[in-house]
Amino acid sequence: MTDKATPKQVYRIVIKASAQAIWDAITKPEWTARYAYGGRVEYDLKAGGRFRHWASAEMKAAGLPDELIVGEVIESDPPRKLVQTWHPLFNADTAAETPTRLTYEIQENQGGVCTVTITHDVTGAPLVAGMVPGGGDPVRGGGGWPWTLSDLKSLLETGKRM
Amino acid sequence: MTDDDHVFKALADPTRRFLLDLLFQRDGRTLKDLESGLAMTRFGVMKHLKVLEDAGLVIAVRSGREKLHYLNAVPIRMIHDRWIDKYKAREVSALLALKTDLEKED
Repeated sequence: MTDKATPKQVYRIVIKASAQAIWDAITKPEWTARYAYGGRVEYDLKAGGRFRHWASAEMKAAGLPDELIVGEVIESDPPRKLVQTWHPLFNADTAAETPTRLTYEIQENQGGVCTVTITHDVTGAPLVAGMVPGGGDPVRGGGGWPWTLSDLKSLLETGKRM
Repeated sequence: MTDDDHVFKALADPTRRFLLDLLFQRDGRTLKDLESGLAMTRFGVMKHLKVLEDAGLVIAVRSGREKLHYLNAVPIRMIHDRWIDKYKAREVSALLALKTDLEKED
């Protein structure tokens, strides 16, 4: 596991898709159900709006709570920037930590490609800080942001998951 | 060069792997901090960081007057998914096939 003592982590990927398609894949439940760990998101895309990431049927069958991740929208500038709090409740220990702050930035480049940057401020949440870099087996929950972004890229570019 | 070529080229140098290890241990470091761990000029370290940035393995973020360097593990994950998982799966299925064959002969 990564020992990331600093409170901020940065993840970046280049995806051949429009900024709008990437924005939709992050904020719309019909998309989030299709990559990474799945599950449907619920976003009220305005400052102070509610964020929920709901468990899929498989996750609930595995004993995970209905509300997997909760949070609040801080800034929404579609399809370029989304700032929110991010508080995972699927594990009792991370649920006891303070909510983290997540920023998605989507930058359109030439040639129909976008750069997607996730900045995760994990101040006060050492367990989340140790979890989101991934490095473990995705099947056992160890995928983290690198695996999530890699899978998102596959879905948007090929229509299929990895 | 493809994206993969940039990543492999960046990883093919011991100094650059050392810089990634430094960021793995502690992320968000300044150039000054990174060069203190290396017997190399500031210019040399900057050149290596540039190769790592071009490959997407390091992201430089401005923070006030400083530039902080972050390790981006996404390209390594993609290499893993594209190159390593594939051969691992083949190895396992080859072993399973061998086991089935051997058991049939019994």
